[in-house]
Amino acid sequence: MSITIKDVEHVAALARLELSEEEKEQFTGQLNAILKYAEKLGELDTDNVEPTSHVQPITNVMREDVSRPSTGVEKAMRNAPDEEDGQFRVPAVLE
Amino acid sequence: MSQSTKYETVVGLEVHVELHTNSKIFCGCKASFGAAPNTHTCPICLGHPGVLPVLNRQAVEYAMKAAMALNCEIATESKFDRKNYFYPDSPKAYQISQYDKPIGENGWIDIEVDGKTKRIGITRLHLEEDAGKLTHVDGGYASLVDLNRVGTPLVEIVSEPDIRTPEEAKAYLEKLKAIMLYCDVSDVKMEEGSLRCDANISIRPWGQEKFGTRTELKNMNSFRGVQRGLEYEEWRQAEVLDSGGVVVQETRRWDEAQGKTISMRSKEEAHDYRYFPDPDLVQLYIDDEWKSRVRASIPELPDARQERYTSGLGLPSYDAGVITSSKKLADFFEESLNYTKDAKAVSNWIMGDLLGYLNANNQELDDVKITGQGLGEMIGLLEKGTISSKIAKTVFKAMLETGKLPQQIVEEQGLVQISDEGAILAIVEKVVAANPQSVEDYRAGKDKAIGFLVGQVMKESRGKANPALVNKLLQECLSR
Repeated sequence: MSITIKDVEHVAALARLELSEEEKEQFTGQLNAILKYAEKLGELDTDNVEPTSHVQPITNVMREDVSRPSTGVEKAMRNAPDEEDGQFRVPAVLE
Repeated sequence: MSQSTKYETVVGLEVHVELHTNSKIFCGCKASFGAAPNTHTCPICLGHPGVLPVLNRQAVEYAMKAAMALNCEIATESKFDRKNYFYPDSPKAYQISQYDKPIGENGWIDIEVDGKTKRIGITRLHLEEDAGKLTHVDGGYASLVDLNRVGTPLVEIVSEPDIRTPEEAKAYLEKLKAIMLYCDVSDVKMEEGSLRCDANISIRPWGQEKFGTRTELKNMNSFRGVQRGLEYEEWRQAEVLDSGGVVVQETRRWDEAQGKTISMRSKEEAHDYRYFPDPDLVQLYIDDEWKSRVRASIPELPDARQERYTSGLGLPSYDAGVITSSKKLADFFEESLNYTKDAKAVSNWIMGDLLGYLNANNQELDDVKITGQGLGEMIGLLEKGTISSKIAKTVFKAMLETGKLPQQIVEEQGLVQISDEGAILAIVEKVVAANPQSVEDYRAGKDKAIGFLVGQVMKESRGKANPALVNKLLQECLSR
């Protein structure tokens, strides 16, 4: 499998990134190099290995349904570039 | 808009139900509705870097319970995935959801429309976190973001495309709501957003097997809204096809005020969510012991109760359906039956006076004070002849407002029925003497005239005279 410029443009659009033509070329090459490196894994025989979705062989890590105090609106707003009445203020995004 | 003769409608529904846990699904913030903006937030639900989510056990059990009540197969291995999208309602830029290993799959519920039972398949039920709330301000140039709701546990319930009419869609939602209430996993209040519904709808010529092109409807804020939105959309799609056009696959917003659906024109790429397993959360393993423990917590569900009310107690199917549509109402009905054997009488009072009163005042059962015991005992007093059915109406109203037991109301207001023949005869003779015209009419063959005389006797006795005795004594008196 190899990455084309079209793939890079698609992923960039999903990530809301604007790339120059040069950058597109550059990332296409870099992503292909990464994929080629990862392809080494394909050399392993995994016929008898069960697929997994997680590297840790543990299950069911859970907490009880108990609430604790929240951090509060004041601290929440400390990282807000813009705020209004205790709410984050953002440019409108129309779906 | 009536059923089209040319096209068959095909609908599938996606319903989101908020689970009423104390805390959020991945952090300890309160999961409650109506708090001041952003007061129920912490670094985890605000999506700050470096934080770790920890799964709420209760949310998993509620989801299992809901899935079991919808007759789903419960997964043994389940996991969480990231659904990636950029929108200000989701500060992490992904929603933790379930992609290929949902909690439940392959379920069904039965609905009833026009007296016929129909089975609607449930494709899947999965667990996920809710997003925040946006308020658009400055004429649409800016939005304010409240992240209190982020992390409220949700189940998404996806139906098979088995629904064929807007009416069936409404019946499906009502049944789903009843089941969630019986299971006690959610408040299911559409006006507070704890139940939300999107719909996929397409039409096809009758007899065609292949589905038509579907549209997705959003923003329907009531069961009635869902029905109206679907009615509009099946009509719109038929118009498009009839005029030689093609239905465009798109998302459309239901506008309640205008009574129509409007295209939302979203970018195609916005639906590439690039799901992948969330590395911050380990797998869920649901063993048989856990499954049976949750299964044991499911109470008797509406269908089973309805069956018991019709076959066991002899109620008409319609009455049983109405009463079991709300767990509270069904519990009220059963409490009454601890005090009287006459199930049909209890049902009649519920269907007539109780629901009539609640609907007229736009109230729910919790808003009135009457108890099941009160209704059951009142029916007992009627059977014994202590009160007449006319007095019972007065007693019933007093019970709604005060919650007092009927015996007390009857004593306080002096409402005991008069069954003393002598006392009634005295009133009858008085009324007969005072209304010679009606007496003459009756004797001349106008049977209706007796109704007026009965009314006068009842009025004179302030509703307390035993109506059967009034009739008997009046007829005796008139034929003398």
